[in-house]
Amino acid sequence: MISTMECSVDAQSLISISLMKIHNSRTQRGGIKLHKNLLVSYVLRNARQVYIKEKYAEIYRMQQYEEVMTVCNEIQELNPLDLDAEDADEEEQSRAACCGEEGSVCGAALQRGAAQPAALCRTGSAVSGGCCPLEDGAKDPEPSYYRSCCMEAPPAAPCDPFSAGSGAHCNKTTVLDLDTHVVTTVENGYLHQDCCCGQGAQSAAKKRKVEFGCCVSDVDEVPDFTRKRAKREDCAFSDYTDTSNISNLISIFGSGFSGLLSRQADLEQICSKQALASLGAWTRAIVAF
Amino acid sequence: MAGPGGDMQWCFSQVKGAIDDDVAEADIISTVEFNHTGKLLATGDKGGRVVIFQQEIENKNQPQFRSEYNVYSTFQSHEPEFDYLKSLEIEEKINKIRWLPQKNAAQFLLSTNDKTIKLWKISERDKRPEGYNLKEEDGCYKDPNTITSLRVPVLIPMDLMVEASPRRVFANAHTYHINSISVNSDNETYLSADDLRINLWHLEITDRSFNIVDIKPANMEELTEVITAAEFHPHQCNTFVYSSSKGTIRLCDMRASALCDKHSKLFEEPEDPSNRSFFSEIISSISDVKFSHNGRYMMTRDYLSVKIWDLNMENRPVETYQVHEYLRSKLCSLYENDCIFDKFECCWNGNDSVVMTGSYNNFFRMFDRGQRRDVTLEASRENSKPMQVLKPRKVCAGGKRKKDEISVDSLDFNKKILHTAWHPQDNIIAVATTNNLYIFQDKVN
Repeated sequence: MISTMECSVDAQSLISISLMKIHNSRTQRGGIKLHKNLLVSYVLRNARQVYIKEKYAEIYRMQQYEEVMTVCNEIQELNPLDLDAEDADEEEQSRAACCGEEGSVCGAALQRGAAQPAALCRTGSAVSGGCCPLEDGAKDPEPSYYRSCCMEAPPAAPCDPFSAGSGAHCNKTTVLDLDTHVVTTVENGYLHQDCCCGQGAQSAAKKRKVEFGCCVSDVDEVPDFTRKRAKREDCAFSDYTDTSNISNLISIFGSGFSGLLSRQADLEQICSKQALASLGAWTRAIVAF
Repeated sequence: MAGPGGDMQWCFSQVKGAIDDDVAEADIISTVEFNHTGKLLATGDKGGRVVIFQQEIENKNQPQFRSEYNVYSTFQSHEPEFDYLKSLEIEEKINKIRWLPQKNAAQFLLSTNDKTIKLWKISERDKRPEGYNLKEEDGCYKDPNTITSLRVPVLIPMDLMVEASPRRVFANAHTYHINSISVNSDNETYLSADDLRINLWHLEITDRSFNIVDIKPANMEELTEVITAAEFHPHQCNTFVYSSSKGTIRLCDMRASALCDKHSKLFEEPEDPSNRSFFSEIISSISDVKFSHNGRYMMTRDYLSVKIWDLNMENRPVETYQVHEYLRSKLCSLYENDCIFDKFECCWNGNDSVVMTGSYNNFFRMFDRGQRRDVTLEASRENSKPMQVLKPRKVCAGGKRKKDEISVDSLDFNKKILHTAWHPQDNIIAVATTNNLYIFQDKVN
């Protein structure tokens, strides 16, 4: 178990730094230093292990949250919000029970009741991990979902389908499968298999844009939201491609120095040409002697 | 460190090299080595040059005797080369110098860069012949018709000239970068080690060498460790050790088989799991291995510590000394600025009672094995008045910094002492900073 407490540099930075060192070593005078590159690859392996562990933990947490939210929504659909107080109390209790710790957002939304439009919809800043502020100052979801360069979307916010006003209904989760590098979006019960990361983000964004337009009841708000979303996704995109390149390169190292790394499930769809080129160059560099 | 009647004190003796703060890369010292008597001290630098200093012994009977090392010979050992086949530049930096035991009036040493080892003969010339029959003094040939008599040329004294000539060139035997050379106690053979292989040479034969260790895997992608240093046993000509980047040392016996891939002994200390970090593999990589003079122990240097091993005990070292444990929390920054890859060397004193190694901020450390004491000293121009006693230094790891202590964050990581050498008999040490060579002696009471 690697202790990451020693410094504030996280696994991702270490991966970038290590890759930079390997890249620079190729132009160093005297040729590639086998010993140094071997040591750097060990750091890369260690950082990658921590990084993947963190990602899987996050995905697991999000999946748990998503399941919880799905149950909450089902309950909500069965019991419309205009109940008398007695029933509402029962509702809250049962929801709180089912939502558990993730219930903070869910519970907060329900507590506001039908009186206020609880527009908790997050626009499709699915990629950046940023989020539009919750309109009525409800408690923000746990910060663990908002990592920099996060590849997965924060969990979809439950939108109150019965509220007047914005009535934005977006219920989507984006998950990146690290083994197959396939970005998957679950939206309004429809599963969208986006293509590989890198290309995926853009097409996913477009898809979401279209879907969002269909489900909004209030036409006026559509342009606003879509504009916001597109803008957010644009600036998030460069982050995303950086990290997707890093994840590609991580997968490359899955096939290089294989003695160092545990065997992984077949890596499919390494679709970036650049990634393939660096793989070839790296292997060539090692056996250049 | 206790000598007779109290602690040993070290005094400044000399410093060699430019005073400039602006260090030319070619002047960076890359190796330091005393010869077997200690009379000669050789340094190699990044520019491929070897400088040899000789100890001038003026009057040993006087109690305030101070021996000084003065330049004896300077020559260009290696030049930069280009491997056209692989499109690789071969650095001229001298990685190691090893002296041969003296057999006659001349001195011999082996010097190596990444790819080629050379045997140099350093000889003195203090006479020259005069009175040739067929040649003029300037070397031009006389017209034979003008010669009317014959005479025998005579040798007349001249100013001492020290000549260095390459006697052997041992090339094309290493695919990877040579990190070590070691002369065998039989005085006929020596070994050279690169990242993956160790070769055995005969000093007289340059077109052939025997491969005795090969750890290259069939598939390079399965590479997990490299050879970092190798050395022959000081007395047993069949025994040598090599260290690896994984922190292990293997002792091999050449009588067991021609190819010593299978070790006779494996020295390894299990890793402390509580210290596990991203950089565990880097800091456990051994940068130097040295046998004690008596051949019973060996010392290894990894990034943070020095370990003494008893050749009869493989499962753990008998002694471990922390060189700069305060750097353990800084490994991340040291990784970013590449300092974590620095290869520190270590050395024994003449009677194996004290070991020495370098650190950062031009500090170097000595560990007295018997007295269980250690000291940190500094090589700096500020402390370089003749016979000035070196004051012990202390690094403050955290908390309140006392007077005269230096905090970890103030350490200059560009000032590193990687190479040190100890005179084989006396308490004289040579410490190399980036481009200066400091010579310290113990205080003569």
